[in-house]
Amino acid sequence: MADKVLMKGNEAIGEAAVHAGCQCFFGYPITPQTEVAAYLSRRMPKINRVFLQAESEVAAINMVYGAAGAGVRVMTSSSSPGISLKLEGISYIAGAELPCVIVNIVRGGPGLGGIQPAQSDYFQATKGGGHGDYRLLVFAPASVQEMVDLVQEGFDVADTYKTPVMIMGDGMLGQMMEPVEFKERPAKALPEKDWAASGLRGRKKHNVVNSLFLKPEELEKHNEKLQAKYAEMEKNEARYEATNCEGELDIVMVAYGITSRICKNAIKMLEKEGIKAGLIRPITLWPFPTKAFDEVIDRTKHGFVSVELSCGQMVEDVTLAANGRKPVQFFGRSGGMIPTPSDVAERIKAIVGGAK
Amino acid sequence: MAVVFDRTKGLLDVPTHYCPGCTHGIIHRLVAEAIEELGILDRAVGVAPVGCSVLAYDYFACDMYEAAHGRAPAVATGVKRSIPDSIVFTYQGDGDLAAIGTAEIVHAAARGELITSIFVNNCIYGMTGGQMAPTTLPGQVTETSPYGRDIKTQGHPIQVSEMISTLAGAVYVERVSVDTVPNILKAKKAIKKAFEIQMKGLGFAMIEVLSTCPTNWGLSPTESLKWLQTNMMPFYTLGVKKDTTEGEVK
Repeated sequence: MADKVLMKGNEAIGEAAVHAGCQCFFGYPITPQTEVAAYLSRRMPKINRVFLQAESEVAAINMVYGAAGAGVRVMTSSSSPGISLKLEGISYIAGAELPCVIVNIVRGGPGLGGIQPAQSDYFQATKGGGHGDYRLLVFAPASVQEMVDLVQEGFDVADTYKTPVMIMGDGMLGQMMEPVEFKERPAKALPEKDWAASGLRGRKKHNVVNSLFLKPEELEKHNEKLQAKYAEMEKNEARYEATNCEGELDIVMVAYGITSRICKNAIKMLEKEGIKAGLIRPITLWPFPTKAFDEVIDRTKHGFVSVELSCGQMVEDVTLAANGRKPVQFFGRSGGMIPTPSDVAERIKAIVGGAK
Repeated sequence: MAVVFDRTKGLLDVPTHYCPGCTHGIIHRLVAEAIEELGILDRAVGVAPVGCSVLAYDYFACDMYEAAHGRAPAVATGVKRSIPDSIVFTYQGDGDLAAIGTAEIVHAAARGELITSIFVNNCIYGMTGGQMAPTTLPGQVTETSPYGRDIKTQGHPIQVSEMISTLAGAVYVERVSVDTVPNILKAKKAIKKAFEIQMKGLGFAMIEVLSTCPTNWGLSPTESLKWLQTNMMPFYTLGVKKDTTEGEVK
């Protein structure tokens, strides 16, 4: 077993990428993710891998497009305004069906917003962001250890489906230090990258990395192929953690990332008051784990409350998952404001009608 | 019987979509011939972004990328950095390279990125139907400069080769033309040299090729060549703008 080390979230992301065999990293400084780039700028040259600071987020994501198309494992990281700039490239990457990992250490928006933790890029990550009918598989880790695990997992999933994978953390996860372990992962059987455009090297037919289909019937066919792939991902890749969800429930909170940890503390506070609150923690934001809702829907008296560091984004997916069967409420803070466990508990008490 | 001229293996045997009189076909062939003659077809990778040449991936026989508008030098950087023994070129128009892609070309050059950029300049946006480009000449009429480009409100054209020459990472920059046979031969030599510079790992090289757009200029192919000579050449002067390779590549 590997030893545990104390690491800052952003640096752990960098080391996890190294462990996953990431050959190239292209980045651009932006708070609060800059340590990912800084860490890899030290680490990558020492192991003969590529670190390059691009002239912009736009250039960085297009460098990712180039490296991913050439068949190597590649990652970029940024924070909210920078991810907005990358969206053009992400759409091209999804369209050309290239595997890569994109890290977003979310800060408050809109616009330049702030630099404190937020979860206000949920729509951007899960509902497209860029143009066209594409999906991004979005992992939402809740601890530094889980960031490490999901970065490594992310590369495998990306290769499996030839698709961009996003690791969506927040400024708190990126900046906090926690003990982590880099586990030896069993090698996964992954498809060969025989589509890579890295030179013919004896191959007869040239490979083309492309997202252009000028004939409508061809583009529709391409889109149908992508949709079939996304359906497969929805079937196989939706992940979640259910906490305190056994038996009869007063209410079920839904929260991801750092917010889920606040909710876990709220569960304990509510227990003392005789309120049983469960927690569904989506680990993938897309595909959204709707199955988790079906499992508890008949047992939760007051339905669900989506707890977010945003002004009500995931609540829309919670509403779709509840599908009118139970009420759905929202509680959130934004702009870098973080609710305390008692803030959450108070809100739950108000919904369920006070202490029992 | 001796074969004196043959189709280059660098191009696929397919018809192109280019308009009659457009010089993209000639430039494609020069690039493909250079690649074939240098024996690098097996490790060449081309990147063609949005513009008239966006379908270049259907024509070149090597591995190809279609890239977003202006981003080819960044995409090429990603390929070259990840597969260092590949020979990577971008093939970009003036609307692409000199407007939306200015940052990417400048920084690829500044980094001395080991790629070769073929910059096709015809003073206009061709693919979208003849709008004003950053290279459009003062007074030139286009769809979006219907009264002629007015430098007071629409600014000045950019001499990209001269600008790129100021960057230390760019080791070889030449402006050529494909308006006459002698100039085509010179263009071929320059393009070949630009690839050799990459093969030797000397730095960034860019060849600007003056080109025609009969369709959007509203001229016949012959008139277009004359227009290029009369209007473009005085401002976009031909010749080597920079060469610090010090005879390492002839």
